[in-house]
Amino acid sequence: MLNALGQPQSLLLLGGTSDIALAVAERYAARAGLRVVLAARPGPRRTEAAARLTALGCTVEELDFEATDTDSHPGLVERAAAGGDLDVTVVAFGVLGDEEEAWQDHDAAVRLAEVNYVGPVSVGTALAAQVRRQGHGVVVFLSSVAGERVRRSNFAYGASKAGADGFYLGLGEALREHGGHVLVVRPGFVHTKMTEGREAAPLSVRPEQVADAIVAGVAARKELVWVPSAMRVVMSGLRHVPRSVFRRLPL
Amino acid sequence: MTPLLTGWGRTAPTAATLVEASVADLPALLREHPARGLIARGLGRSYGDAAQNAGGTVILPIHGPTSVTRDGDDALVTAAAGTSLHDLMRTLLDHHLFVPVTPGTRYVSVGGAVAADVHGKNHHREGTFGQHVVELDLVTPDGTLRTIGPNADPELFWATVGGMGLTGVVTSVTFRAIPVESAYVTVHTERIGGLEALMRSMRDHDGDHRYSVAWIDTLARGKALGRSVLTRGDHTPADGLTGAAARDPWRTPGSPRLAVPLTPPFGLVSRPGVRAFNELWFRKAPRDRVDLQSIAAFFHPLDLIDGWNRLYGRAGMVQYQLVVPDASDAALGEALRLLSEAGQPSFLAVLKRFGAANPGLLSFPMPGWTLALDLPTSPALIPLFSTLDRLVLEAGGRLYLAKDSRLSPETFDLMYERAEEFRKLRRVIDPDGVLRSDLARRLHL
Repeated sequence: MLNALGQPQSLLLLGGTSDIALAVAERYAARAGLRVVLAARPGPRRTEAAARLTALGCTVEELDFEATDTDSHPGLVERAAAGGDLDVTVVAFGVLGDEEEAWQDHDAAVRLAEVNYVGPVSVGTALAAQVRRQGHGVVVFLSSVAGERVRRSNFAYGASKAGADGFYLGLGEALREHGGHVLVVRPGFVHTKMTEGREAAPLSVRPEQVADAIVAGVAARKELVWVPSAMRVVMSGLRHVPRSVFRRLPL
Repeated sequence: MTPLLTGWGRTAPTAATLVEASVADLPALLREHPARGLIARGLGRSYGDAAQNAGGTVILPIHGPTSVTRDGDDALVTAAAGTSLHDLMRTLLDHHLFVPVTPGTRYVSVGGAVAADVHGKNHHREGTFGQHVVELDLVTPDGTLRTIGPNADPELFWATVGGMGLTGVVTSVTFRAIPVESAYVTVHTERIGGLEALMRSMRDHDGDHRYSVAWIDTLARGKALGRSVLTRGDHTPADGLTGAAARDPWRTPGSPRLAVPLTPPFGLVSRPGVRAFNELWFRKAPRDRVDLQSIAAFFHPLDLIDGWNRLYGRAGMVQYQLVVPDASDAALGEALRLLSEAGQPSFLAVLKRFGAANPGLLSFPMPGWTLALDLPTSPALIPLFSTLDRLVLEAGGRLYLAKDSRLSPETFDLMYERAEEFRKLRRVIDPDGVLRSDLARRLHL
């Protein structure tokens, strides 16, 4: 159970090797007895993450997870919940892809939409069923500022995030009466393995900052957080810029 | 649609199916083994997650008539588990009787008073509510209605007293009431400048009075650490009544006069506000005075404001109530020092002395000092409470489950040395885990 101060006893990480997801686990591991389910592709990254969390005192279970294998998702969530209620789940998988390839290469475009939109909708639905069964549970969805106003430079990615962002905000409303709580997190540029080699945008953050915002947002039962919080002001300004001007901005 | 349930602290809401059941419905309901179990809920005054059951069933208070019978000089009162102490007191005062133990609010149910084994300002002399119970009716998970008491199945009785509803559904309770000659309390109020003097006074003179409690300003530092207002009282005898009390000696506690009608989006409890309030309250208190106070004013000052917990805003509040044994009373000073240094805005904390413990497996009190404080929910409480937990553990003390909303099972087990015995008994009477609450899930009970 989540306690009054927002500390969970179990944590499911979908995309369990993501830098942000692991930073969240490390923060929650400070409280003894945390059960972590790492759902990710099998491989050395997952093994290493499991070892790191075990060393921190967590009980770790590893499950194979493939974002595009949507048929497997309901079963996966049930297996994750076999060891007890899922207090907090972090939906942390996604791909950035090559921005130009993502609208010119048909396969790349479909794959991006499947991983970033269809996958989250699929696990979100399975998680919703679990939340309704157990009468409580927090689902954290890692969205992106790119979904707030989709821009030319990465519109395929932005559009997939915009869709999933809307789905999770709506899921939060639907699950309220069932004891569920959904937190949508919209970070700006995060220095992670996903963005490695790319030029950082202004207001960039580290995964640890995103994890801090998630932990605080879960405890305060927030529904939407921006990281850094200044992004909220920037994006709400950008949202109202006319298209003719917006396309000229160096974004 | 299922409503969300929380405790009085308004933290960690979860959803459950609410069921209105009569005593006759209970055996079938329990034998049905509803998915994710069931728990009885009284008036929801536990601060944490004791009376909620995520994804499961929650049984609403069971109502029924109250009867008073005379047993020699004693008066025996039988009340349905869902009866509030508020209603009970109004009935009992008509018979010139009073409840043997009352917590700081009248809005608890009799069933809840047993389940949490509540205490009041008279614990140093009279013990807990459970100690005055003669017998109670309990529907156990096998669907059997059993009448148990200290002399009938004492093992199950002392697991039920303080057992947080996890041994069965209490349907009715018979307890001994005390005779009173008025609805007033003669109260001696004293302002005390520091902790040492306070502890000395309480240790030496608490036994002289039926009721005793001190309100401490936890924000006071240095020499003022532990400054407090100590109140001690006894039921006013008929010949002690004066003024308005003499004209209306049986003035019964009324309903709340003020209300917090809605929850503000952010808490109204802030450090400067609380500091100013505590300062004013200390200055305003009489240096040394004896007066007559109504039952409501002496025992339940917060009951005057309906829904006062809403003042803490959407985030809610967390109560921390510890007990440390007499042998480690230095831990009390250390706890107060940690609190004042942390500067968390606590309205007056309550300090009181506990008398002997009872055989309840999970009963909270032990001889020593108990300190209770309300704090607005904040991440800053995590390290503060961890430090306090360690201090309490090292002192051989524990935290009160009716107030708790955050302990881990590991720490809980270290605090309640008979937790394993309780679990063992649960495995026997509730092998399928029919009785379940969020608290039970959190603490692996």
